[in-house]
Amino acid sequence: MRLGFNFWLGATLTALVILAGVLAHWIAPFDPVLDADLMNSELPPDATFWFGTDAQGRDVYTRILYGAQISLTVGIVSQVINSLIGITLGMTAGYWGGWWDDLVNGLTNVMLAIPSLIFALAVMAVLGPGLPSLLIALGLTNWSWTCRIARSSTLSLKSQGYVQAAQTLGYGDLRIMFTQILPNMMGPILVMATLGMGSAVLSEAALVFPGLAIFLSVLGFNLLGAGLRDSLDPHMRTRKP
Amino acid sequence: MTAPLLDIRDLRLGVAAGRTVTHPLLKGVSFQIMPGEAYGLVGESGSGKSVTSLAVMGLLKKPLAVSGGEILFKGQNLLSLPKREMRRLRGNRITMIFQEPMTALNPLSTVGRQIAEMFVLHQGKSWDEAHKLAVEALANVRVPNPERRAKNLPHPMSGGLRQRVMIAMALACNPDLLIADEPTTALDVTVQAEVLRLIKELCAARGTAVLFISHDLGVIASICQRVGVMYGGCLVEENETRALFDNPRHDYTRGLLGALPRLGSRSEHGRQRLVDIDSIIADRSKLTETRFIAPRVVEGGQL
Amino acid sequence: MTQPLLQVDDLHVRFPIAGGGLLGTGKRMLHAVNGISFSLAKGECLSIVGESGCGKSTTALSILGLQEPTEGAIRYRGQPLNGPGAPGRMQRAKAVQMVFQDPYASLNPRQSVRTSLAAPLRLHGMTAASEIEGRIEAMLKNVGLTPEQAKRYPHEFSGGQRQRIGIARALILEPEIVVLDEPVSALDVSIRAQIINLLLDLQEKLGLSYIMISHDLSVVEHMSDRVLVMFFGEVVEEGGWRQIFEAPTHPYTRRLIAAIPDPDVALKPVGRQDERAEMPLLAGRRFVSDGRASPDVFTPPAPSELVEIGANHKVRLAMA
Repeated sequence: MRLGFNFWLGATLTALVILAGVLAHWIAPFDPVLDADLMNSELPPDATFWFGTDAQGRDVYTRILYGAQISLTVGIVSQVINSLIGITLGMTAGYWGGWWDDLVNGLTNVMLAIPSLIFALAVMAVLGPGLPSLLIALGLTNWSWTCRIARSSTLSLKSQGYVQAAQTLGYGDLRIMFTQILPNMMGPILVMATLGMGSAVLSEAALVFPGLAIFLSVLGFNLLGAGLRDSLDPHMRTRKP
Repeated sequence: MTAPLLDIRDLRLGVAAGRTVTHPLLKGVSFQIMPGEAYGLVGESGSGKSVTSLAVMGLLKKPLAVSGGEILFKGQNLLSLPKREMRRLRGNRITMIFQEPMTALNPLSTVGRQIAEMFVLHQGKSWDEAHKLAVEALANVRVPNPERRAKNLPHPMSGGLRQRVMIAMALACNPDLLIADEPTTALDVTVQAEVLRLIKELCAARGTAVLFISHDLGVIASICQRVGVMYGGCLVEENETRALFDNPRHDYTRGLLGALPRLGSRSEHGRQRLVDIDSIIADRSKLTETRFIAPRVVEGGQL
Repeated sequence: MTQPLLQVDDLHVRFPIAGGGLLGTGKRMLHAVNGISFSLAKGECLSIVGESGCGKSTTALSILGLQEPTEGAIRYRGQPLNGPGAPGRMQRAKAVQMVFQDPYASLNPRQSVRTSLAAPLRLHGMTAASEIEGRIEAMLKNVGLTPEQAKRYPHEFSGGQRQRIGIARALILEPEIVVLDEPVSALDVSIRAQIINLLLDLQEKLGLSYIMISHDLSVVEHMSDRVLVMFFGEVVEEGGWRQIFEAPTHPYTRRLIAAIPDPDVALKPVGRQDERAEMPLLAGRRFVSDGRASPDVFTPPAPSELVEIGANHKVRLAMA
């Protein structure tokens, strides 16, 4: 797979964020929660506190490093759940049509109409607080766009000659969906997934996370996605310079 | 001798990166179209026939660029005309119809209005007058119920009807030259026959010259008086239509004509194997080295 | 009389189209195919011609099993291909295959040529890698490609080459019947000739039977043994290629043939048949339509029947 500039830039940014999260325990100078001294409240950046302190006197730099762990987990896991739900529903709806398609469409419309944060909160209210609940809540909320994209990609790919050829050659429906249709719609799905990771981070970070770190991780994911999509495209693979 | 309406001299163009042409598409093409003449440009994909027409209309988009030669229209070099002048010519004195009419028709504007626009823009008519002329134009292209049709949007119309609308728009201002780029390729056979007959009759009646571009030799034969065969960015043969078909001189032309299944030949000669061009031409790259351009024959047999 | 390879009896295909009524009421039926019957003999090339909307593509899709017929029976060597006794996709795949019109959309862009050809073989139970390789090599040679090209991807090939790959894929399971859907329409003139020659050569070499769908009558005249002319879901004329092209009888057939821009005909000083002539009667019976006015596709067609007017020549006439 030839990997272009977008991919490397995105990969680097994402890797930095991941590293920060993984190594937080060892690099962070302070404890993110306990080292709170009200005397140090809201200080500007200086030699001790590289990014300054927050209202409770906690080192912001430390909180960023630790925060990366959570945000990454949230971003990746919830988006994987989203994509699985969205692809399965969208692809089968587009391929089989009929009442199943009507049902999925109706469901997607409902999900798009409900404000996502409110839905997520409602799910969490049922499941109780905590990281796993947050992941499930976000996973159940944001699959609609992926579903739409999967469905419309499937609809247009379904009428391509090679899909009809596969049917003629004896392939069953599921095999066709997974070997002929899915690989050919990975481009937009991947972009959607990485954007979704960024947006999941933003949802979660409606809470504490300082701006720059968000920016970097979201940018990293987006570029990674764009780069992956390009490298998966066989046209780009053998493009002559 | 009458002066040619369109005189293309040694036209070169290609994909340009900066000042240099990295990928030539036309390698020195020259031909002339006389006023009122129907001239056909035939070739396969990659021959350069379509970019030639875009160059004449001044519609070449980056990264394509002309790198040499002249396009003389009534003596004026179109390549050195300022954009404003070119816009005045386009749609007015030189018009074009395409293979896919939907690319030329605005999907959100009624057909009548789009034709009327031609009259308002180029002939300075008022909208009321232009609308009347638009209905007339639709009647000229044999659209049934022209007043009603003028109020339709292009979308619900059939392919053949849309092509007629496009022809009406193109001929609205009685242009000197009509460029038709594969206008019937996407149409059913019977619709194609009607559209071709329409083009032929209308242009003959108004003295409009036609530059007809197609890959279909049969279509070219039914409309054009003179034919140019293009291959690899060069004009490899040119002759009066009848002479070209009866007596092709260039290897490529011979190959092309031999590759066509001809109606009636199976009845007469039994099924003949179609000519495989690559079996009669040893080296395709040498094809552009020879050219056969037959001189024009004018009344009285003199040039 | 030997059993025909393929027998189609009274095929009807109707599509429900959502009408304009409230809440999805007002469904109308689009009559795409209205009672087609024909047979295909081994080694024969049968062409179905007609313009857009005549139902030729729908007929082809029904034979391939990609479109369920509303009524009618399709039989392969006497065994049903549709309805309750129909075989599954795997069985069907060994009987009928298709070459698609658009060489640019008929190959999976993410699969190499080798994968596109090997996968169906594996799917149908071939396991030995050497056997698979052997079949692929032989098939590539058959269609004029080299084994080295097997590892490339579709976008690295020209239109003509892609069509060859499409033909290889259609033949890899060794079917007896191949449906050719406008096999050369999307190709350049010189490439068309090569592919037509290839299809005819393969037909002879492998004993194939073709059903060709085409709007290009010159190609049809060149390749076919028999021709069906379709107009809005019905066969209006049927016969051997000679009967159809030398003695076209139905007004629609005559219009079609008169409309062909053939260079020889265009340049002949003698005028072509004037299809604006009065609709003639045939043995005192009328033609149902003149092939000019478009009938309403939402109503079933007026009653008519195919009448034999000569050896291997039938025409549709109004009921006596």
